[in-house]
Amino acid sequence: MSIQHDQSQAARSGAAIAGAVCSSAPWKASVVAELAEVVRNEAVNAEYRHLVVNCSEAAAAAQPGQFFQLLCPQPAGEQPFLRRPMSLYGADPEKRQVEFLYKVTGAGTRGLDTLQPGDRLDIMGPLGVGFTLDPDWRHIVAVGRGAGLATLAPLARAAKANGTQVTAIFSARRPELLVSVELFHRHGADVIAVTDAEQTSGPANVERILRRQIAEGRCDAFFTCGSSRLMRVQQRLAREFGLPGQVAMEQQMACGIGLCYCCVRDFNVNGEIVNRRVCWDGPVFDLMEALP
Amino acid sequence: MNATGKVDLSVRIGGLTLRNPVMPASGTFAEGLEKVMDFNRLGAFVTKTITRELRAGNPLPRVVERPGGLINAIGIPSKGVPYFIEHTMPHYAAYDTPLVVSISAPTAEGFASLAAELSIPGIAAIEANISCPNIEEDGKAFAMRPESTEKVTRELRKATKLPLWVKLTPNTGDVPEVARAAEAAGADAVVVANTILSMAIDLKSFKPCLGNIMGGLSGPAIKPIVLRQVFQCAKAVKIPVIGCGGISTADDAVEYMLAGASAVQVGTATFLQPAAMTTIIDGLEAFCLRREIPRVAELIRGVVIEEADEPDLAWLDPVS
Repeated sequence: MSIQHDQSQAARSGAAIAGAVCSSAPWKASVVAELAEVVRNEAVNAEYRHLVVNCSEAAAAAQPGQFFQLLCPQPAGEQPFLRRPMSLYGADPEKRQVEFLYKVTGAGTRGLDTLQPGDRLDIMGPLGVGFTLDPDWRHIVAVGRGAGLATLAPLARAAKANGTQVTAIFSARRPELLVSVELFHRHGADVIAVTDAEQTSGPANVERILRRQIAEGRCDAFFTCGSSRLMRVQQRLAREFGLPGQVAMEQQMACGIGLCYCCVRDFNVNGEIVNRRVCWDGPVFDLMEALP
Repeated sequence: MNATGKVDLSVRIGGLTLRNPVMPASGTFAEGLEKVMDFNRLGAFVTKTITRELRAGNPLPRVVERPGGLINAIGIPSKGVPYFIEHTMPHYAAYDTPLVVSISAPTAEGFASLAAELSIPGIAAIEANISCPNIEEDGKAFAMRPESTEKVTRELRKATKLPLWVKLTPNTGDVPEVARAAEAAGADAVVVANTILSMAIDLKSFKPCLGNIMGGLSGPAIKPIVLRQVFQCAKAVKIPVIGCGGISTADDAVEYMLAGASAVQVGTATFLQPAAMTTIIDGLEAFCLRREIPRVAELIRGVVIEEADEPDLAWLDPVS
């Protein structure tokens, strides 16, 4: 299976046109910016912080792999201007909450760091094309590194709901910097941690682990985020064994809704190099079309 | 107020009547925004600039933020004219909102042939983005000088009967003189202005923040500068001036109209609040209701200047 983003794009536009032609139906926004209420904003380890907000039903319906554009508060002495794209870490339609996992690295995330429970945060989303789970897949492999672990996190729950087993191969510099491990365990996934500190995170070792998964029939598809090196390993194996895959990609963004063409990347579509917008055509793309 | 107690928000721009004075700035608008707002509420659509040739756009990074604004060097990626006619136009045909197509070319003749080719049913007006480099003048933008502006506008005027809007650059010393040249050559309106040429340097790497080294600043940071240019242009020409520069709120739009704008374009604000345009339309109506102004068009050129208060530009800026 390969994901036809261009088709899904056309389908989305088609639906919108149909909506417009049928002018008797009142128009309704499907993407809105809203003021969400901060429930929690706490450190989960030395690097990452966990942000939970109460939000609308539409926002809480976010799918794995989608993202939000956050209008970050201004930290002392700095003025972040643009929204910051943040991948979804968790969504709970019943509690009407969305969760994010972030590392404080710049003006925007320093602003997020100042949020206290009860504060308001302007969030816009869900945005973009997320991961797709084929109902026929019995077992998938999720390979992530760094912030990519947060992006893959919502897959754990979605895969369980789909009746799909997950093996997560999570990479970090040190064991204590791994995130999402508990969450994947909670949803019945196997987690294999590889770290730089233990010298297990190299592509050769990850390839060995992946080959074992494939040999044991535990890899109907690859899901990955956060490492070009690991993506290349999976592309090679996907080609060798004829397996599908999906990759969530990152790029600096401005508008987040396909207007400005600031977040374009090159993709290899049947041998032709095609420019796509990460915010609008992705952020999840066909593994085989992605270029590092 | 009219009979229904509503404010008349319509404005006339060079042969077109718009239901309200709010439209997107070129390059900040695409079909995806229909998830955010009802397109039938906009005064007009303004497309991303299209060129005859296929253009890939600039190297990354293409944007960098600075306090109060955004510097971009996207580089006008364009899929060309046939793609626009086949794929983009039908999308907007579903709406009862005039479609203004923004065009660009490296020569006056290129502009004219593009305008001629796009003078087809379904297109309500042409916006000529003449802030782009003119290859016949060492890459200097057409809108930098009155002479090149007059030449390209004259060629465009001969090529199309559609309302012709000419989008000027703020990066020249005498914008009103350039506006006068566009008017003399037959433009139906001028758009004032475009982004302000600027730069940012990364202090870790000592490299420019943008792949293209320089880019155009937009956002609230440029509003007072472009507002002044709209004021000067509105005094210099009789054709409508469309204001564009840092408009994020209805108050900004009112300020621009008072300075002389007949309509406004909203760009960067949409990146921060995607529904900015409809919020501004609602705010304009509320402003007029509050101030008991029955027609929004009454705001145009409404700035009150006592004779004794004429600005002394010579003192402010020796070059003018």
